[in-house]
Amino acid sequence: MTNAIGQSIPRKEDFRFLTGTGQYTDDVQQPNQLHAYFLRSPHAHARIRAIDVAAAKTSAGVAAVFTGADLDGKVNGLPCGWLITDMNGQPMKEPPHPPLASGKVRYVGDAVAVVIAETLDNAKDAAEAIAVDYEMLPAVVDPAKARCPGVETIHDEAPDNTCYVWSIGDRQAVDAAFAQAAHVARLDLVNNRLIPNAIEPRAALASYNRGEASYTLYVTSQNPHVERLLMSAFVLGLPEHKLRVISPDVGGGFGSKIFLYPEETVLTWASRQVERPIKWTAERSEAFLADAHGRDHVTRAELALDRDGKFLAMRVHTTAALGAYLSTFASSVPTILYATLLSGQYTTPQIYCEVTAVFTNTAPVDAYRGAGRPEATYVVERLVETAARELKIAPAELRRRNFITRFPHQTPVALCYDTGNYEATLAEAMRIADVAGFEDRRRHALARGRLRGLGYSAYIEACGLAPSNVAGSLGARAGLFEAGEVRVHPTGKVTVFTGSHSHGQGHETTFAQVVAEKFGIDTADVEIVHGDTDRIAFGMGTYGSRSIAVGGTAIVRAADKVIAKAKRIAAHLLEAADADIEFADGKFTIAGTDRSVAFAQVALSAYVPHNYPLETLEPGLDETAFYDPTNFTFPAGTHICEIEIDPATGETRIVRFTAVDDFGKVINPMIVEGQVHGGLAQGIGQALLEGCAYDAETGQLLTGSLMDYALPRSDDLPSFDVALKETPCTHNPLGVKGCGEAGAIGAPAAVMNAITDALWTLGIRDLPMPATPQTVWRAIRSAPQGRTART
Amino acid sequence: MASSRSTHTPASAGGTTLPSRSGRSTGGEAGDAARAAAQAPVMACSHLSLNVNGMPVSTEIEPRLLLVQLLRERLHLTGTHVGCDTGQCGACTVHMNGRAVKSCTLLALQAQGAEVTTIEGIAPAGGGLHPMQAAFHEHHGLQCGFCTPGMVMNAIDLVRTQPNLTEADVRSGLDGNLCRCTGYHNIVKAVLAGAGAMKGQS
Ligand code: FES
Ligand code: FES
Repeated sequence: MTNAIGQSIPRKEDFRFLTGTGQYTDDVQQPNQLHAYFLRSPHAHARIRAIDVAAAKTSAGVAAVFTGADLDGKVNGLPCGWLITDMNGQPMKEPPHPPLASGKVRYVGDAVAVVIAETLDNAKDAAEAIAVDYEMLPAVVDPAKARCPGVETIHDEAPDNTCYVWSIGDRQAVDAAFAQAAHVARLDLVNNRLIPNAIEPRAALASYNRGEASYTLYVTSQNPHVERLLMSAFVLGLPEHKLRVISPDVGGGFGSKIFLYPEETVLTWASRQVERPIKWTAERSEAFLADAHGRDHVTRAELALDRDGKFLAMRVHTTAALGAYLSTFASSVPTILYATLLSGQYTTPQIYCEVTAVFTNTAPVDAYRGAGRPEATYVVERLVETAARELKIAPAELRRRNFITRFPHQTPVALCYDTGNYEATLAEAMRIADVAGFEDRRRHALARGRLRGLGYSAYIEACGLAPSNVAGSLGARAGLFEAGEVRVHPTGKVTVFTGSHSHGQGHETTFAQVVAEKFGIDTADVEIVHGDTDRIAFGMGTYGSRSIAVGGTAIVRAADKVIAKAKRIAAHLLEAADADIEFADGKFTIAGTDRSVAFAQVALSAYVPHNYPLETLEPGLDETAFYDPTNFTFPAGTHICEIEIDPATGETRIVRFTAVDDFGKVINPMIVEGQVHGGLAQGIGQALLEGCAYDAETGQLLTGSLMDYALPRSDDLPSFDVALKETPCTHNPLGVKGCGEAGAIGAPAAVMNAITDALWTLGIRDLPMPATPQTVWRAIRSAPQGRTART
Repeated sequence: MASSRSTHTPASAGGTTLPSRSGRSTGGEAGDAARAAAQAPVMACSHLSLNVNGMPVSTEIEPRLLLVQLLRERLHLTGTHVGCDTGQCGACTVHMNGRAVKSCTLLALQAQGAEVTTIEGIAPAGGGLHPMQAAFHEHHGLQCGFCTPGMVMNAIDLVRTQPNLTEADVRSGLDGNLCRCTGYHNIVKAVLAGAGAMKGQS
């Protein structure tokens, strides 16, 4: 197919998922496999005085029991992949993160011991026989109080529970601008902690082959090569080429499956001790307790404006919870991925942001869909809309006065936007959402006793992570390129090996479209292989909406190499000069003639090189490219949410949600819109339903099951109006930007701005997320003008 | 400073109640039965006969074995998934005697003599797709695919039991099946289309 790009082709991967023939990690069974069960801490903070595993070791079916003491000196702590340097030039505090607790437990769910047995029941029965003597310590739960004097210390390495205090921007210039301001909008915001909850729980199956002295690990990972690198080089000290990591079908990630977790690390190590395969699959309860959580910011944000509503400066102070240990990319999320986005779509000339990252006795916090960018968008878009209402300027108008319209644009917080068209997405969203008719709808709703509100969110994100040298200068301890290999077989069929990983994104279709268009062949003739370190040269994996922009470009580069070589083969076959060969529609043609040779014929010649320039060209048609991007990409768009509140119950109903996004060039609109839908559901979930709660005293997780934590269900959500605008990215060959996180980034502010709009006349200026019926109802009851709204 | 000597599995540490053995906490009678079975000191094996996807199955099982474990671990029908331990997610939905059930909330013994159909058993012989499977494909009603088998099985039951489905019916009918990927938008579209196709077929 020559026009595969831009088509909504149904997905190639669907058949196996629809017929139950996909293979997720827990579906893999190996002969002789054992089962692991992790004994977890019931306390948020306690010293381990003693662990008695004697009875467990002799329990029926038990092969081995290991505790932190067994790993001491043999297994290193889990590393953090991003070094943040604090305001005083000091490196962040990096306390050890032992895979099994050593000396102390630091959150409810911290793994204390692993029992490995013939059956899972055997393992669980034995775990009950483990006696742990805990000396309980006060728990540090509230991030805002973690640094207060007298608060218990979680790690000796960080006596004040502070990992770093980091800043970006020119504080003096910002303060000076605030002194000049005609108006200052202020908000105190909490970005609620979320629990990712991919529907497939994490799982791992590790085995050791004594004959080859090699390990194989099946694991639910978004980035198997990163997993292998961290585990082999940093934690277990294994030779990298002796560890094969396979991420087969993975049932959703949303960031939570990026990280190197204790469980798979322990399993890999233990598989050699017991010389049998070991499987572990998390129960949902364990996912709640021990998957890395997301968000959890406490922020004071201020926006200074001049008389005309032009933004002069923004000042932001954020306290970010990191949880009990530094997870793999935890340190970068509330800094590099957050504060650099505070310019939003606006020309704000000065921005200062200070971030205090603290340890708390809770599950580790790391990237969750959007990772820092939803938090930034929430700050910017809530502030902008609050300022608009305070100044009685229409929210869209205030945004227009401050939009960046000239590109490239250097923000005061490090990023340089290459391109964008914010007016286009705003105008289209307003048209689709029928903003013009809103005041009428509001009046009609009021006549029915309902409060209607309309809120905007004009978000921006930085995707396509990332230029490795820039990331390195900011503290990244890894490269952020991607690898792709394009193998043309003798018949002209193609296998593509990519370091990106699909766990729902549909790469097997999208990447096939890219390659099919390149070669002028059918998408059915292109197979995408991902998720196996033994089959794929290298890879950095999938997160930060980077797959098409970085992984896709690597594939394009490899395909270009294939075409360049194929042209030389074609020139030989056609007895023409290399320079005279053109390639289009799957045919190599001598320019200006009708003499051509088909792609498949060239491929055959490459493998059956009888008539072939062997003196100057190797046989075969298989090329690899590593692509390191030159800049981030900057997807942006406008989301508009219209809600209706029943003041009698406090229930908020979304009546209309419009998202107009600019992801640059779109390869498969159907898949892209699906990504938007899913992101919106998570963003709306954050705004209205989801909120992780720990008991403030004990640090017990109160939202530890799907009965306590409100994951959005089908009847909680509306259908969405999604449209796309295309302003191509200027620095990659496909013109793509990435789309996976936009919904989760834009939606929370749009929803909360809509709620604030509905309640503004009652004197309500802000509500915390999630805006549950109870929260809204209470706010209305206690609002200055709330009485009038009660029905 | 308080001291505690913990000698049991803190599976309920999250403030939730879970049986500490493999029985998954569930609501209703099946859950009670599962708990009772999980606490039985000696696991005598029981005989179980049923049909799965039209094939007779006859086997000895521990009474505490759940239907979903029988399907996944014994019969290697791994299309039926486990997404939770509280009967909330619906990833394990199969048909028992023609009706959708959450197979994590049933003991395998409760399927004694039953006709059980899983996602592997609904497509017509010869490699095609059931109209509901086809509708999910056509309308991009799946992303990671993990919730998909349960969604499809529940959707088929929904169409069979509710003749004139509206969007609101679909949304309330699927509220026992969680999807974290799609935002349900395309699932709803797919189920409505699949309903039409199933009608056209019957
Ligand atoms: S696994 Fe059965 S409802 Fe979740
Ligand atoms: S498609 Fe991933 S959970 Fe539904």
